[in-house]
Amino acid sequence: MYKILLKQDLVPNIHLFKVAAPNVAKKAQPGQFVVIRIDEKGERIPLTIADWDEEEGSVTIVFMEVGTTTHRLALLEDGDFIANLVGPLGLPTHIDKFGTVVCVAGGFAVATIMPIARAMKKEGNRVISIMGARNRSLIFWEEELHRVSDQLIVTTDDGSYARKGMVTEPLKELLETGERVDRVIAIGPSIMMKFCAKTTQPFGVKTIVSLNPIMVDGTGMCGCCRVSVGDETKFTCVDGPDFDGHQVDWDLLFARQRIYIDEEKRSFEQWQSQHGILS
Amino acid sequence: MPRQDPKTRSNNFNEVALGYSDEQAQAEASRCIQCPKRSCVDGCPVWVDIPGFIKAICDGDMPDAVRILKDKNSLPGICGRVCPQETQCEATCSLAKKGAPMAIGRLERYVADWERAHMQSLNPPIVQPKPNGKQVAVVGSGPAGLTVAADLAKLGYSVTIFEALHVAGGVLMYGIPEFRLPKNIVQAEVEYVTSLGVKLELDSLIGKLFTIDELLNNGYQAVFLGTGAGLPMFMNIPGENLNGIYSANEFLTRVNLMKAYKFPEYDTPVKVGKRVAVIGGGNVAMDSARCALRLGAEEVYIVYRRSEVEMPARREEVENAKAEGIEFKLLTNPKQFLGDEQNWVLGMECYEMELGEPDDSGRRRPIAKPGSEFIIDVDVVIVALGTTPNPVIAQTAEGLEIGKRGVVVADEVTGETKKPCVWAGGDIATGSATVISAMGAAKRAAVSIDEYFKG
Repeated sequence: MYKILLKQDLVPNIHLFKVAAPNVAKKAQPGQFVVIRIDEKGERIPLTIADWDEEEGSVTIVFMEVGTTTHRLALLEDGDFIANLVGPLGLPTHIDKFGTVVCVAGGFAVATIMPIARAMKKEGNRVISIMGARNRSLIFWEEELHRVSDQLIVTTDDGSYARKGMVTEPLKELLETGERVDRVIAIGPSIMMKFCAKTTQPFGVKTIVSLNPIMVDGTGMCGCCRVSVGDETKFTCVDGPDFDGHQVDWDLLFARQRIYIDEEKRSFEQWQSQHGILS
Repeated sequence: MPRQDPKTRSNNFNEVALGYSDEQAQAEASRCIQCPKRSCVDGCPVWVDIPGFIKAICDGDMPDAVRILKDKNSLPGICGRVCPQETQCEATCSLAKKGAPMAIGRLERYVADWERAHMQSLNPPIVQPKPNGKQVAVVGSGPAGLTVAADLAKLGYSVTIFEALHVAGGVLMYGIPEFRLPKNIVQAEVEYVTSLGVKLELDSLIGKLFTIDELLNNGYQAVFLGTGAGLPMFMNIPGENLNGIYSANEFLTRVNLMKAYKFPEYDTPVKVGKRVAVIGGGNVAMDSARCALRLGAEEVYIVYRRSEVEMPARREEVENAKAEGIEFKLLTNPKQFLGDEQNWVLGMECYEMELGEPDDSGRRRPIAKPGSEFIIDVDVVIVALGTTPNPVIAQTAEGLEIGKRGVVVADEVTGETKKPCVWAGGDIATGSATVISAMGAAKRAAVSIDEYFKG
């Protein structure tokens, strides 16, 4: 059992847990993830490690309420336990002194990109971060990301805060101004990562994305998370989650993410009815 | 041995084989001639005193039968169910020559089940040996890991098992279905191992959480690798990543470990489909096909490129599958998978095959007949073509020698690897094989580890 040391509601439907997992905290590196299971009847889901504290013996995970598992997770409070947490899984993000690195985060992936931006900065890179959300109410960690970036650009889809538009727009402008960009890290919803990769491709800038297919064990055992990268089948859990965005077969990823769409709906409706929530 | 009726059982996940009654067990045990050759013991990879426990059944001394059996085998309820006795102890039984060997597996199962039903109340004292102060780390809690851990604990070693998943048992939990090996039996035998003083660390993926060298530098004087062969093989043919195509590992993990057969009560779903093709001819293929049938598939096919004679699955499992209504499409091999616009599999283009000269495996090589392609309509495909060792361990351990198909090179007798203080046994060293062969390797490794410490 893994104790939730701290719960924070970052925005109404995005939450942060600090979970006691001392050994994982000792080993975690930027870009890695954990697989958690809430209880005996729960499914195993991967969540990126947003932060870790070796002294406190904790890892931080951030999640958005989407389906049954994340809604169930959101009901837990400080002092509650989750049954299982295994990690750190996956290969860490390749951190090096590249020069100028642009970190692009869509939605709640701002939590995921934090340790990467921080490590890139620490390595001596010039870090330009771009964070985007649908609207003002979903913005969090703006200050935090700013602190580890030389420059921060914020966008909202509806223009309710900062710059109106998608994250790809300032990304494109940066590249068009002729500014030397040595590497782009784009993390967020798959569609956003795809368009970031499409944006950078004509400029030939290496673009790393963190894929988020469905997983079961997360240790290379089942092949559920297989993706096609450069026409080769890869297991995201052990070969990734970071891949070259220009090589990813995005349509395959989108299709495979929808495998259980009917079951997910059925499960969530049942959960809602059990909790007296009308859909 | 009585079994659930095929019609009934194809709709439930309850155990198929129902076990001997006391009378049946007595009658079977009394057939043993207690021959001086004891050739059955030679056929047992873990050296169980088979005539001894059978005699105890005859004598009506069940606690003694349990004691004799568990002296060599810590997992009798499991072995009594999944060991291929017909090619081991029962094949070497003196009565086999007359065509009716002793049903050793069924008697083993009977003794193990008797213990679970009765011994709790007898409350047998588990005699803890004097600790010898030596610490051993065991990686993986499948049949090999549990066996080496139990054997070393009985000798006084302090043993910790590290398991990546959320329960112990490895393939016994995620792979073999409930109807062939009930999970409460696996857990009861895991509990027996922990009752010997073995510590269990779940959610611990070695290679990521700790490397082998970190284990060796942090108090463990020896490491046994029993991580099995967990990496599923695919065919690398077009369309293999279509939705609805599973590795057997994924399909079985969802069903057995995550209990998708109880979805939505349990959160993990599985696609069942109306027409399911399982590719392969081993026990895992039979397990997958029979699970799909129980989940409600209308038609389930076993698609195998050779003929029935060459099938690696146990005879009994093939017969069970057929009795339940699984259709065998033999001498058939997929060429490619066909999908719809949403990336869902709809069909499988296959070749008709014929058998040529024997290949390296000694079995006749299947050859595609030119121009024989035909299409099978399917909506779910399960690829059960075997597994190779998970590379996570090898990637993070310097000094281990890695052989063909990713296996860790280990001495066949002792299990010693090329890395000092590290032993390996089971599927990680051989590629996918059986529960009992893994246990046999683990037993020999336990002896070797003990000899190493004794100098």
